[in-house]
Amino acid sequence: MQTTLTVNGRNHELDIDPRVTLLDALRDQIGLTGSKKGCDHGQCGACTVLVDGRRINACLSLAVMHDGDSITTVEGLAEGGASALQKAFVAHDGMQCGYCTPGQVCSATGMLEEVSAGWPSHVSDDLEGPVTLSHAELSERMSGNLCRCSCYPGINAAIREIADETRQPIDQQEAAE
Amino acid sequence: MKPFDYQRPSDRDAAHAAAREGAMFIAGGTNLVDLMKLEVMAPDRLVDVSRLGLDGIEVQDGGLRIGAMVTNSDLAADPRLRRDYPVLSRALLAGASGQLRNKATTGGNLLQRTRCPYFYDTDAACNKRAPGSGCAALGGEMRNHAVLGTSDHCVALHPSDMAVAMRALDALVEVEGPDGAIRHVPLDDFYRLPGVTPHLETTLGAGDLITAVLLPPPPQGAVQVYRKVRDRASYAFALVSVAAVVTLDKGRFSQAALAFGGLGARPWRDPAVDALLVGETPSDALFAEAGKHLLRNAAPREGTEFKLPLARRVLSAVLKEATQ
Repeated sequence: MQTTLTVNGRNHELDIDPRVTLLDALRDQIGLTGSKKGCDHGQCGACTVLVDGRRINACLSLAVMHDGDSITTVEGLAEGGASALQKAFVAHDGMQCGYCTPGQVCSATGMLEEVSAGWPSHVSDDLEGPVTLSHAELSERMSGNLCRCSCYPGINAAIREIADETRQPIDQQEAAE
Repeated sequence: MKPFDYQRPSDRDAAHAAAREGAMFIAGGTNLVDLMKLEVMAPDRLVDVSRLGLDGIEVQDGGLRIGAMVTNSDLAADPRLRRDYPVLSRALLAGASGQLRNKATTGGNLLQRTRCPYFYDTDAACNKRAPGSGCAALGGEMRNHAVLGTSDHCVALHPSDMAVAMRALDALVEVEGPDGAIRHVPLDDFYRLPGVTPHLETTLGAGDLITAVLLPPPPQGAVQVYRKVRDRASYAFALVSVAAVVTLDKGRFSQAALAFGGLGARPWRDPAVDALLVGETPSDALFAEAGKHLLRNAAPREGTEFKLPLARRVLSAVLKEATQ
């Protein structure tokens, strides 16, 4: 079935069997092997990509369902050099075998956008209050990504660093007002 | 995965036309694609309903009309839901992971299938998957199974958090039949009990399309609580969950709506439990009585006995929290 996927800003016209998942299309047909196949059932998060800016499990979605969608993979986040979050993962040693890392990075990228939008989580005390990315909030929001090497302390430190950096301009803006 | 035909209609008439026998509607696909990979489900045709314009949340008759394609994350974050229906926002946030909530939808969530491991295992007997084949859960490993509304043919648990909160809020499911006729189905009438036909889970007919869920106007002055108990802190199905929408007037319950997850073959609500509370003054004894009443017809089996004391305690704790 003819399907157009815009991946990392580039259009790909593909002839895809409807059975092919978005993950398999990215890896096998487009050659972007950053997104990983872990459990293949939406439980581990290694396949996480951003679709129209939102994180999803690419393994549980059919490629044909994404005709016309804009998809960002870990390779896209690194275009023009590693993203600040990717550098933070390295600096804080947020990986061991590295297999889950692309999914962690994509998931964290989407998650930080959700925090910026003020979305509450299961552990938020107040559904309508401002979101502060505490340890409990970060753990809850990243619970869809598993790391069998248990590098969570490094992963958390990397994400916290970026969250603090991106929050800074907002604080400054508030101070200016 | 078995081969199937895929269609992505752009209007509802075309969707109904495509939904002939052997066809299934697909929304977010987070459950259906998983089941198709395992060949637990093998539709001949998928009709993708994502481009039918069913993704809005609107005020209607003082309540909310939630389009069937609204994602769980968009719904949980909607400011009106957070303010007026916090029990539903909380229930949604208690379910699945961030990635899944971004894809899973309101309509799809209502139709998600049980997580009974024997349903997922195509080598095991399962009356729900293969009618008449038996039930491997009976005599097998049971933990995430139901204790209310089961039968000798099926002990599967309904897994949704969202539907439990909707049950407490008296939500209606808007269904469009193949002829275009719209009807509104209370969740009570939407889900069937397993009986001797556990493969028939809802009262939807062939070609029926869920178009929205309707929430009545928010209950004035009510306290809304959702509490979920599970094996780990996040990203797991409920062992027991309670959705409570209760109102107090002069120290007594003037209104009570309690719904339960992790216990029933369908999202569970028992009007007799609600009625037992109304007019009474909150007390530990009353809460214990409500728990006892809830479980009067419970049928625990080896592996699920723990759910009874757990359910009583969670219900007491929730009622205490809601009335303090």
